[in-house]
Amino acid sequence: MTGKPPYPVAAFAALAVAGVVLPLPQGSWIGTPALVLPAAIALAGAAALILLRRESWGMAGLAVASTVIGAVAPLEAIRLLGTGVGIAAPGVWLFVAGLGFLSWHAMALLSLLSGRADAGAARWLALTVPAAFGLWVLYLWQILVVGFGIPSVLLPAPSAIGQVLGGSQELLLADFHQTFIKSVLPGFAIGCASGFVVAVLVDRVPFLQRGLQPIGSLVSALPIVGIAPIMVMWFGFDWQSKAAVVVVMTFFPMLVNTIAGLGATGAMERDLMRSYAAGYATTFVKVRLPNALPFVFNALKINSTLALIGAIVAEFFGTPIVGMGFRISTDVGRMNIDTVWATIAVAALAGSAFYGALALLERSVTFWHASYRQRR
Amino acid sequence: MTTDAAAVRAGAFREGLRQGRLVPILTVLAAIVVVWYGAAVYLNAPRLIDGYERRDQAWDTGRLISDAYSMRRPVLPAPHQIVVELDKTVLDTPVTSRRSLVYHAGVTLSSSLLGFVLGSLLGIVLAVGIIHIHTLDRSLMPWIVASQTVPILAIAPMIIVVLASIGLVGLIPKAIISTYLCFFPVAVGMVKGLRSPDPLQLDLMETYSASKAQTFWMLRWPASTPFLLASLKVAVALSLVGAIVGELPTGARAGIGARLLAGSYYGQTIQIWSALIVASLMAGCLVWLVGAAERQVLRRMGSR
Repeated sequence: MTGKPPYPVAAFAALAVAGVVLPLPQGSWIGTPALVLPAAIALAGAAALILLRRESWGMAGLAVASTVIGAVAPLEAIRLLGTGVGIAAPGVWLFVAGLGFLSWHAMALLSLLSGRADAGAARWLALTVPAAFGLWVLYLWQILVVGFGIPSVLLPAPSAIGQVLGGSQELLLADFHQTFIKSVLPGFAIGCASGFVVAVLVDRVPFLQRGLQPIGSLVSALPIVGIAPIMVMWFGFDWQSKAAVVVVMTFFPMLVNTIAGLGATGAMERDLMRSYAAGYATTFVKVRLPNALPFVFNALKINSTLALIGAIVAEFFGTPIVGMGFRISTDVGRMNIDTVWATIAVAALAGSAFYGALALLERSVTFWHASYRQRR
Repeated sequence: MTTDAAAVRAGAFREGLRQGRLVPILTVLAAIVVVWYGAAVYLNAPRLIDGYERRDQAWDTGRLISDAYSMRRPVLPAPHQIVVELDKTVLDTPVTSRRSLVYHAGVTLSSSLLGFVLGSLLGIVLAVGIIHIHTLDRSLMPWIVASQTVPILAIAPMIIVVLASIGLVGLIPKAIISTYLCFFPVAVGMVKGLRSPDPLQLDLMETYSASKAQTFWMLRWPASTPFLLASLKVAVALSLVGAIVGELPTGARAGIGARLLAGSYYGQTIQIWSALIVASLMAGCLVWLVGAAERQVLRRMGSR
């Protein structure tokens, strides 16, 4: 980027100056220190970025700092002008648009640098850039919702969702316990284990394997969530019916993937084991199972999402008065949309953590696999 | 000559039986039907026996079995009961009627197809952006992956209610849920596909001084087609799931999901099962159609 003028920063400068000059409904940017100060600091940062034009950590830090400090000004302006000021304060929105360009430049610098960083730092940076992107989206969400006074029935502001997250922890924890600990985890364990065991048994009978594999992959494509009402009828309203839905949903991906994984061992390896006079058990444990592990983990990761979906959707069909699906469907009816969003945030966190844990486990168990070696 | 050809054909047929998939698949299906009939008796028996004893009726196994297969609200309906219900609601009812499953399937199919088209386009656009803009790759790609660990179907009710409050009802909200489910496999598959040309080929394009657009249309796009078609197959199945779940929460009056919900309210198990069978048939057909298109396109493009 050296030599090439940083256009996004120039765009920010132009938009920010225009925003500061435009009149506000009450008062002005220049007359209010709480507005003009952050704007001036951000503009000074932008000027330095344009003049120095270097791709260094210092420059990236400067870009990030200018964005963060600049971001204070619109928030403060909206607080002073009152929520729902909307289009009456065009300068504020021009400034926000400019901040978009500035944050883009900061992210571009960070991602450029992370491409050059050594392995240890790169791993950290791989998280920084998406985190910055996420924060920017949250900021935009907050300022648009507050600035345009969008009713919380339509879309609550992140701050309101955060208040629910902080304020009604007991409620959310009880829901989490009912749905995740009681329904998802047992269902996931039983479904994956039985899928795996059936696949290993089927693997010994080629005839069954040829019959089950196409049917299994067809069933994996079917809308299995639809069995939720049936399971609720069979197993009652409590967690057992949700776990049953999760078992059925996770069984088939595991079955299909394990069958494919057990077939992934090449003829050469199997011949070698034969020439060692290794029996079925030895060949299975030493060669075929390790080769199947990437497939098994793939199924586990697919299933982690499916399991959460299955449990939550099954709760739409009837639950005791606790559980994430119950909370979502009843609070939507009561127009408590911020509680719904808070529950979704908890579900998202739980889903990501579950997936992340499986990915970490995969990395430590199948570290020898080609897909990890290539990255070095 | 002809006998030779016939013998060869017969030999090939026998070989096909031994190697092919048809016989094993049919065997497994037959086993499923047998188990189903057994399970229907087992699951329905307790309630029936209860009824006999309450009415002080004599009963034997034969009567139990025949009654288990003809209950009005069985715990598990026998396959032939579902077939009869399907026959009644699919063939004997006019398509425009509310009682026709074809009508409900059509409602679900239209929103899932709309969602499929929108989701695939979104996925392709995102993938093109991600491979061309480094910052997007770094900042957006992790979120695309994370977006799928969010149990998105859980927010289906909220999307529907919120869109209804700004006056959007019917097809669009359900299609939006399908879109969200669809875009992910397409985006991930296309990022992989558009990056699949190896550096040698990209270098060659550079020595021809090809523009970015030319490289895209002449090298990257054709190279990504197999990836696109494979992800479309996943996406089309997901779009149906999205549409069905989108119909669950707000008491939608039409669609497969509405049939499931109504069936569960009134204990009409036969109705639930027949709706499930229709949904499965639809999913099977959609996946098969995309698969057929995939084979056709790949053959035209010269791969086997």
